[in-house]
Amino acid sequence: MSVQVAQDSFTRSAGKQLLVYGLLSILGVIVLMLGLSWASGQTGTATGTGQAVDPATNTISILMAEEPPQLNSTLATDTISGMVLGHIMEGLLTYDQHNRLAPGIAETWEIGEYRAVFNLRRSALWSDGKPVTAHDFVFAWRKTLDPEIASQYAFIMYPIKNAEAINKGEMPGTDLGVRAIDDYTLEVDLERPIAYFDKLVAFSTYLPMREDFFNSTSGKYAADADMMLFNGPFRLTTWVHGARLRFEKNQTYWRRDEVRLDAIDVPYITTDTNAPLNLFKDNKVAYTSLTAENLQNALERRWHLNRFQDGSVSFIEFNHRPDRLTNNIHLRKAMQMAQDSSELVYKVTKLPGYLPGESLFPVWLRGVNDFFRVEYPAPVVKLNLEEARRHLELAKADLNLKEFPPLVLLTGDNPISNILAEYFQGVFKKNLGLDMKIDKQIFKQRLAKMASGEFDLVLAGWGPDFDDPLTFGDLFASWNLNNRGRYDSPALDAQVRIAQNSVDPKTRMDAFGEIQRILIEDAVILPSYERGVVYVTHPHLKGLVRRAVGADPNFVYAWIDTQ
Amino acid sequence: MFRYTVKRLIQGVITVWFIATATFFAMHLVPGDPLADEKAVTAEIRTNLEAKYGLDKSTGQQYLIFMKNLAAGDFGISFTQQNREVNDIIREHFPVSATLGILAIVFAGLGGVLWGALTALYRNKLPDIVIMFLVILGISVPSFVFAAIGQLSLVGLNALLGASILPIAGWGTVWHMLVPSLVLGLGTMAYLTRLMRSSMLEIVNSDFVRTAKSKGLPATRIFTRHQLRNAILPVITVLGPSIAAITTGGFVVEIVFAIPGLGRYFVQAVQQLDYTVIMGTTVFYGAFLVFMVIVVDLLYGMVDPRVRLE
Repeated sequence: MSVQVAQDSFTRSAGKQLLVYGLLSILGVIVLMLGLSWASGQTGTATGTGQAVDPATNTISILMAEEPPQLNSTLATDTISGMVLGHIMEGLLTYDQHNRLAPGIAETWEIGEYRAVFNLRRSALWSDGKPVTAHDFVFAWRKTLDPEIASQYAFIMYPIKNAEAINKGEMPGTDLGVRAIDDYTLEVDLERPIAYFDKLVAFSTYLPMREDFFNSTSGKYAADADMMLFNGPFRLTTWVHGARLRFEKNQTYWRRDEVRLDAIDVPYITTDTNAPLNLFKDNKVAYTSLTAENLQNALERRWHLNRFQDGSVSFIEFNHRPDRLTNNIHLRKAMQMAQDSSELVYKVTKLPGYLPGESLFPVWLRGVNDFFRVEYPAPVVKLNLEEARRHLELAKADLNLKEFPPLVLLTGDNPISNILAEYFQGVFKKNLGLDMKIDKQIFKQRLAKMASGEFDLVLAGWGPDFDDPLTFGDLFASWNLNNRGRYDSPALDAQVRIAQNSVDPKTRMDAFGEIQRILIEDAVILPSYERGVVYVTHPHLKGLVRRAVGADPNFVYAWIDTQ
Repeated sequence: MFRYTVKRLIQGVITVWFIATATFFAMHLVPGDPLADEKAVTAEIRTNLEAKYGLDKSTGQQYLIFMKNLAAGDFGISFTQQNREVNDIIREHFPVSATLGILAIVFAGLGGVLWGALTALYRNKLPDIVIMFLVILGISVPSFVFAAIGQLSLVGLNALLGASILPIAGWGTVWHMLVPSLVLGLGTMAYLTRLMRSSMLEIVNSDFVRTAKSKGLPATRIFTRHQLRNAILPVITVLGPSIAAITTGGFVVEIVFAIPGLGRYFVQAVQQLDYTVIMGTTVFYGAFLVFMVIVVDLLYGMVDPRVRLE
């Protein structure tokens, strides 16, 4: 009994002692945290604690999945950099809030068969107050084509005289067909007549860059906020890598009166799928897109969901190399008739905003007078199992096969690819008795396998660069490097050439209509869907513009309305 | 002591060299093309790109160039963040990861020792049962679950109070650090609690504690000097590797809480085959881990007089 009492008293004293240590620990932690907080404040990594929408400072907060990898417009290739560049820079032409082509730095322009002239507006200024001149365009365009900087988008300038030769190192950069007649007149020689050059110069690779400033950054151009000049609606004023970007209205922008927000703050950069929704719920960001995983959550809260097609198209691409079974037209036809993209979109993926794929050319493309797909409806392919099996038998006969070996379906490692791959695996097994081996690869490895042709079918996709059907139309030309399945058809090539070289809208659209027909009749690809985006915005944020071509999402015309 | 330190440091350099070499060749063996992008490039641009990143040379030559640059402390320029030097990435983002890591390890260490001592003191009583249940939970649930739960609870808390008490993501103030570092330290805390508990229980029944009690020493003195001080040794032993694990393992927490730490560069570089960042972060973290283990070994000699460093 006494042992027990002694034990209890020991426990009590020791317990008290432990409590003291616990309190001391908490005190120590508080001191440590204050110290660390002070230290990290010194390094300037602090992010804002602002609200989603702040009418007092006329500021909105948004988040980004990653920070822009490249803000040097001559080198940028990705959509995030493109989105940022669209807010801080302006090219010769641009897109307005209705997604129509509009004058940018160029006040007027004239595009002839072999020559284009742009008259620059005198009110266009860089953020340091100096005028934007024709020389800035000449400098940037020559830079892009300089083989030494290895710009991946240099090809988009190839319509300019001598551009391709310069990029290959066969000619000096000064031979480029671009001249500054004076500070405000830019003259461009073209390699061939090009119907969509006005749309091409709205692309971010065609943005200007000022030589004296570029040289003053000693190779660090666009690496930080103070290593850039801006001529667009906003200036990038803060860039803490990986942590925060802040855009403020550019007071030297020629259309500054039309820009209604004073600042756009990006205090969060994360690829997490749930964090954006949590930040939106917590009223910390004014806009976020939703993923399949958190869509249900948003629906339960009865938020107003906005839908939009981001302009890209997904499809199964066959491997047309001669040594592949998928080179056989009957096998491709069989698979084409054994699947149904509307079943895929409405019953399997069930993602709002997605449209069943019917053509390589998405619905938003413009034709002669109306939408291209209205003027040139895609040939309808109906699910037809009888016909599909007939083609499969023909394929077996052609290839001299009793049974097909498993076909390799190459795919990425994201959730939507998984769903798609399993759906097609199931459908082709059920309807045709064909076995699919799913080859799931991470991004770079999937690309490497696509390039080397290690697949029978691949889940691929394509997004637009400029607002003309040709941005999709030349994809399966035999010379196009992005034609990963190496489809090779003289008939299609001929139509692509017509579309490239003609300047007559009707002739060109006829050619695209023909390309569309060939792609479906020859079962070159099986369109799966046109990608949709579902997003939510703060009720006070108005005027957000979404676009398939150009900087998206676009906050240039946005404003705060607290009514 | 001095000789021992020098010896360990030399061993450390060799270890780091080995890590660098193994990583370099493993990285080049991974299938995939670091320069591949969604859109194909012409052969000419491809050649230009390869020349720009030095990939036009043989792997052996690339290795020699890498080693030369490593000796000069230069890791080159990132493939994906094309305007940034890898050194800048490490310099700007490691302090963030380190801050998060230090706090997490402090939470884990202090918490582990205190909870461990408490459970040992109240063995088989209510505090012991409750805490040990939580410990099992802490060890078995991965950190991304805790991170998601942590963030969701903050959203709920802020909604309940109608004001933003704690930020749910971001970085910079003491309030940003609290929940992420707790989440990050939780697993280690649970592990250390178990370690401390069993270590304490062993000590409680040892001869020198019984002697101290029979001598009539005050309970607080026995508890602090005899029990805690001896029981804490195994905890310190595992603290070294834990520090490295926590500092390098913050990836998930950094992504969920949008913290600009080095962890996400470390992981994303591997996914995107960003050669220079892979090498930079691996060598840096390798060196850091080796260094921490040496520091802990030296520390051990100070805490435990029975250990002599030769």
